[in-house]
Amino acid sequence: MSTAEIERNVAAADAGPARASTDRRPKIGSPAKDSVFSGFSHAFLLVWGAMVVFPLAWVVLSAFKDDAQILKDPLSLIPNSLHWDNFGRAWGAGHIGAFFLNTVIIVGGGVFLTMLLGSMAAYVLARYDFPGNRVIYYLFLAGLTLPVYLAAVPLFVGTSKLGQVVPLLGTNSDVMLILVYVGWSLSFTIFFMHSFFRTLPQGVAEAAMVDGASHTTLFFRVMLPMARPGLISVGIFNVLGQWNQWYLPVLLMQPSGGEAKHQVISQGLIELSVNQGYKSDWSGLFAGVTMAMLPVLIVYIIFQRQVQAGLTGGITK
Amino acid sequence: MRHGKTRFVVGFLALPLALYVWYVVWPFAQSIGYSFTDWGGYSDEQHYIGFANYVRLFNDELIRIAFWHNVFFLITVPLITIGLALFFAFLLNVGGRGNRAGIRGVWGSGVYKIIFFFPQVLSLVLIAVMWQAIYRGDDQGLLNGLLIKTGLVDKDHPLGFVADPTPFLGVPAVLWWILFIAVWGGVGFYLVLFSAAMQAIPKDIYEAALLDGASRFTSFFRVTLPLLRDTVSIAWVYLGFIALDMYALVFVMTPSQGGPNHASEIFASVLNFTAFNSSRSGRYGYACAMGVALGIFTMILAALQLRITRRERLEF
Repeated sequence: MSTAEIERNVAAADAGPARASTDRRPKIGSPAKDSVFSGFSHAFLLVWGAMVVFPLAWVVLSAFKDDAQILKDPLSLIPNSLHWDNFGRAWGAGHIGAFFLNTVIIVGGGVFLTMLLGSMAAYVLARYDFPGNRVIYYLFLAGLTLPVYLAAVPLFVGTSKLGQVVPLLGTNSDVMLILVYVGWSLSFTIFFMHSFFRTLPQGVAEAAMVDGASHTTLFFRVMLPMARPGLISVGIFNVLGQWNQWYLPVLLMQPSGGEAKHQVISQGLIELSVNQGYKSDWSGLFAGVTMAMLPVLIVYIIFQRQVQAGLTGGITK
Repeated sequence: MRHGKTRFVVGFLALPLALYVWYVVWPFAQSIGYSFTDWGGYSDEQHYIGFANYVRLFNDELIRIAFWHNVFFLITVPLITIGLALFFAFLLNVGGRGNRAGIRGVWGSGVYKIIFFFPQVLSLVLIAVMWQAIYRGDDQGLLNGLLIKTGLVDKDHPLGFVADPTPFLGVPAVLWWILFIAVWGGVGFYLVLFSAAMQAIPKDIYEAALLDGASRFTSFFRVTLPLLRDTVSIAWVYLGFIALDMYALVFVMTPSQGGPNHASEIFASVLNFTAFNSSRSGRYGYACAMGVALGIFTMILAALQLRITRRERLEF
């Protein structure tokens, strides 16, 4: 099922109630039975909904409490007074601020390059015949199934060694991490965009060529704009994937000696959770988690239809 | 017409391919090579030792523990997640107004879907850190607090959660608590996936069932579920991949990343422990052998997926 189809279905489902009044179809079941069943549904759905929301709300609300209240009455939901200073502490002393900005830079660069290079490669592989085309395509596909742990040791050793010659490409460098993200995101991006470019009509391409467009112009001016729905889906997938990445940063972004830290938000959270063990800064930990969580949730709520379609479309493709 | 084609193809492919080969393919290939050596990691000294690392794998007590823990997740994670997701998808879609054929959401189903999907957009690390606070082993954690207040747990003996190695049904308690988080995080995604698939089923199929006198329940079990088979199979395989990779939860939540006392070791945690913080001999070479073994395991799963998805699909 394509993403476009899912999007259409979601849209159709939402348009449902509006059309309901004009719809005359045979009835199933009695209204009384219906409402019993509907109440039963809502009961279960509300319980699960509460199980999802309650922990999240507890974390956000605890971020406003002070440690005394957290320790004395962990179950209380309402803070005695709003302790905004928790956020300041997590942002500054907990380095969440620096890590947050660093993650934005890395994910921004990573997703942009992934989309650009991924669609370029997918386009060429999907629409041009040349010797080795299949081999390269399957080489990219192979990366979809192999676990990252299989590559961990050589990736770490290779990056450290390269760093002794070119520091920018060595461990603990933003540029290196961006390129690593791109390398590891290419498989899925190419797999997804390959099937998308295949479906674009050949006639448009030929017309553009007749008008004197070069291959490059054809790609950037005609094909890429036509592939927009696919780009959005796979883009959402990559943003979330790279934002939530933790293993590659933990492996490759450890400062050695006196180097400055260039860590990402996942590492910041791990650090906070380890640190509170001996500093017992619970409110700071909750504030850090809240700051890492809320932006993502807000963006998701705004774009929820695209995000849901993008993520679910990604696996049924 | 196709002037400059070769230059274009090479120009577009060179950079992506170079990045991919350097950061993905080459490390994989090296891993396979190193797995036949006794490379310790401290120096460049390494000797070819044939399959000795693989033989060692089979006799390694830690690996055996980790393997069975992976199998535990491989069975439970997909089973429970898919079961719950289907159940909720059923409630969400079949509980709707009964005066129309087809799959229709209950009132507010859009809101439920948005909320159930929350954990999917949060990172595993964030979820792990959050649940660590919920699972605190004294009376100040959310869950212990709730259990003590409701009288289910004695205040002087709060639950240990992820620090608790006592077996429950033959499996350490810590694994069950981690399993709970994995299911908590996964259900929403598969619910949305199944919902979309249910709504893609054309209405005339339901109208036909309706004319034949099928009730809402019959049409769900006889029409909807069979038509969802492909989606469920795909979900099964993806959950299998996730079950093989529970490392984020183990890494953040369990004592000494695989503890207490190795009660929550999984393949990935043993691999990383061997490679990066242990004094085991020949650790890099041995860790690479573990990686290759895990890779082979995953490939078997992927082959299974190909078999499943290649089955003829019903096109609407």
